[in-house]
Amino acid sequence: MNSTASASGPPAPSAGAAGPPSAPSTPSPDSPASSGSPGSRSSRAARRGGARVRTHRAHSPWLFLLPGLLITLAFNIYPFVATVWKAFTDARTLTPGSFVGLDNFQEMLADEQFWIGLRNSFLYVAAVVPCTVVLPLLLALLVHKNLPGIAFFRSAFYTPVVASVVVVGLIWVWMLDDRGLVNAVIKTLGFDTVPFLSDRWLILLSAMLVTVWKGLGYYMIIYMAALGNVPRELHEAASVDGAGPVRRFLSVTVPGVRNTMVLVGALSSVAAFRVFSEVFLMAGPDGGPAGEDTTLVMLIQRTGTGLSGRVGYASAISLVMFVITMVLLLAVFAAERRDKK
Amino acid sequence: MTSTAPSAAPGNGSAPGEGTDPRRPAAPAPRRRRRVRDLRNEDGSRMSRGSVAVRYVLLALVFLLCVGPFLWQLSTSLKSPGENVYSDPPKLLPEHPTLDNYQKVGEIIPVWDYALNSLKVALANVVSNVVGASMAGYALARLKFRGRKYAALVFLVAMLVPAESIMIAQLTTMRALDLHNTLTAVVLPGCVAALNVLLLRNAFRNIPEEIEEAAIVDGAGVWQRYFRIGLPAVKGTLAVVAIFAFMGAWDDFLWPLIVLTDDSNYTLTIGLNFLHGTFSNNQRLIAAGTMIAVVPLIVLFACLQKYFFRGVGEGAVKG
Repeated sequence: MNSTASASGPPAPSAGAAGPPSAPSTPSPDSPASSGSPGSRSSRAARRGGARVRTHRAHSPWLFLLPGLLITLAFNIYPFVATVWKAFTDARTLTPGSFVGLDNFQEMLADEQFWIGLRNSFLYVAAVVPCTVVLPLLLALLVHKNLPGIAFFRSAFYTPVVASVVVVGLIWVWMLDDRGLVNAVIKTLGFDTVPFLSDRWLILLSAMLVTVWKGLGYYMIIYMAALGNVPRELHEAASVDGAGPVRRFLSVTVPGVRNTMVLVGALSSVAAFRVFSEVFLMAGPDGGPAGEDTTLVMLIQRTGTGLSGRVGYASAISLVMFVITMVLLLAVFAAERRDKK
Repeated sequence: MTSTAPSAAPGNGSAPGEGTDPRRPAAPAPRRRRRVRDLRNEDGSRMSRGSVAVRYVLLALVFLLCVGPFLWQLSTSLKSPGENVYSDPPKLLPEHPTLDNYQKVGEIIPVWDYALNSLKVALANVVSNVVGASMAGYALARLKFRGRKYAALVFLVAMLVPAESIMIAQLTTMRALDLHNTLTAVVLPGCVAALNVLLLRNAFRNIPEEIEEAAIVDGAGVWQRYFRIGLPAVKGTLAVVAIFAFMGAWDDFLWPLIVLTDDSNYTLTIGLNFLHGTFSNNQRLIAAGTMIAVVPLIVLFACLQKYFFRGVGEGAVKG
């Protein structure tokens, strides 16, 4: 995510605007030089400054941007702004509400469901992220060799990514049913039925399992690209020094893909914190026994929707969630930067 | 992290494809054997027969883990009412395979209407994203104008805000526009996704200046350049955007769940959730429903694999 921030930083090619005066090589015969990529920008700037070719009408860019900007402003930016100010009102679905200061946030502090939601969302991050950082890396190691038929396996491992979270959730609800396949196997092995979908902790654990399972293929593909960039010479050198496969994995592969591990960690921690569907399907709309499995997004959904939805309070929770998400992201990257030093 | 982005992007497109296409078709048995013998470990040493075997065993295990649940669901959906789906030990193959459940699930909920709704939403999402995001991306990448930086910033901010944290306000907005409980409302918030705008902007940026300059000299207007030079040059990224727009809309759950209240407008995922809540004791029907929802996407994936893999790289790096 940050990468986009940094990717959009450099463009600022309005540098071209500063180009014309400082570039005396105005005439067009500089075309041979312009074939070199570093020179092309300045040469173009020079040409524009010199010949003043008009490339488009003043309003054209805005026509191009109109649909995208309109949608983004109306259905993303405006709702974000609205969320911020509604968080300080007592708005409901059918009434706009009035300003109530920090009431919503005070209520939140005393709201048991909020703390349960916060706890579960954080538990989700704590349990899911290590798995999604490590397991897909191992999987990528397994499939990045060109064994015959490997393409088939890669595709197969990606199948859960393609399926809807609802499909995946329902498949596992059936798998983990008291009389489902998993419990049948467990019984065959001589153990008691495990109440995956009725015990409050097991429900959460099952949902986490589904999340990890669904993400395996996705993060595997990300890791595969990174593995290709680990120089073979390092492996050879380590091998000559007598390092076995495990040792090489820890001291060559892992450092080689650590940037990608941070990226995966960031992506999956934000995704895990926002978990909704898996828990919603496995625990039910009310969040399992006594609502103990409610996550933060489930709470927002339950509080803010419906005809009597408490839009103000739900917005306040949303705002808290947004802030925590940003802090999570910053924390991941800050930790990474500190590690590097 | 900043360094990950550029390094991961190019590699990702090629890495999955590399092993896929060129070698698979022509691989008679003897050549294969030779290839296995030539496989090498990371350090260049030859991979032993034993370790190749271990790899295949592991691959088979993971295969079972990843695909097995789908096959179990498929099997359940084909089991006839007379067959005990809870049998102990479980029967992996249906005794008398039947499509009855697919017909029955259509009698209980209008599952085919829901599928049509999902299809409409998905196609609308594809068209609007391809058109809207490529236009905006083109302007941001290839046209110089005052305010460009701010326009780009709008998309960047929109991309960083998690959808879940603004969904209540989006719902309020839809109510204000009297659009809630319509398929239009399902499509609108994501119909020109900021991520896609930024992806396409990056793709358009890679077009060499000289080509466009030549077109300008030849008198091509901005629309002509967009259609004749821009779009053909970013076909690959457009395909990725289209496929992920389709998949995203077809699979989406939370937003349609809160914006659709009338069961005649449900999309397939919401219909399945309803089925799960109401007929949770009939596993065969739910299994049939989930198969209806997932098979089209698996077919799509089977046909267009490389774009799915590319999309992961581009989406992950930028998103």
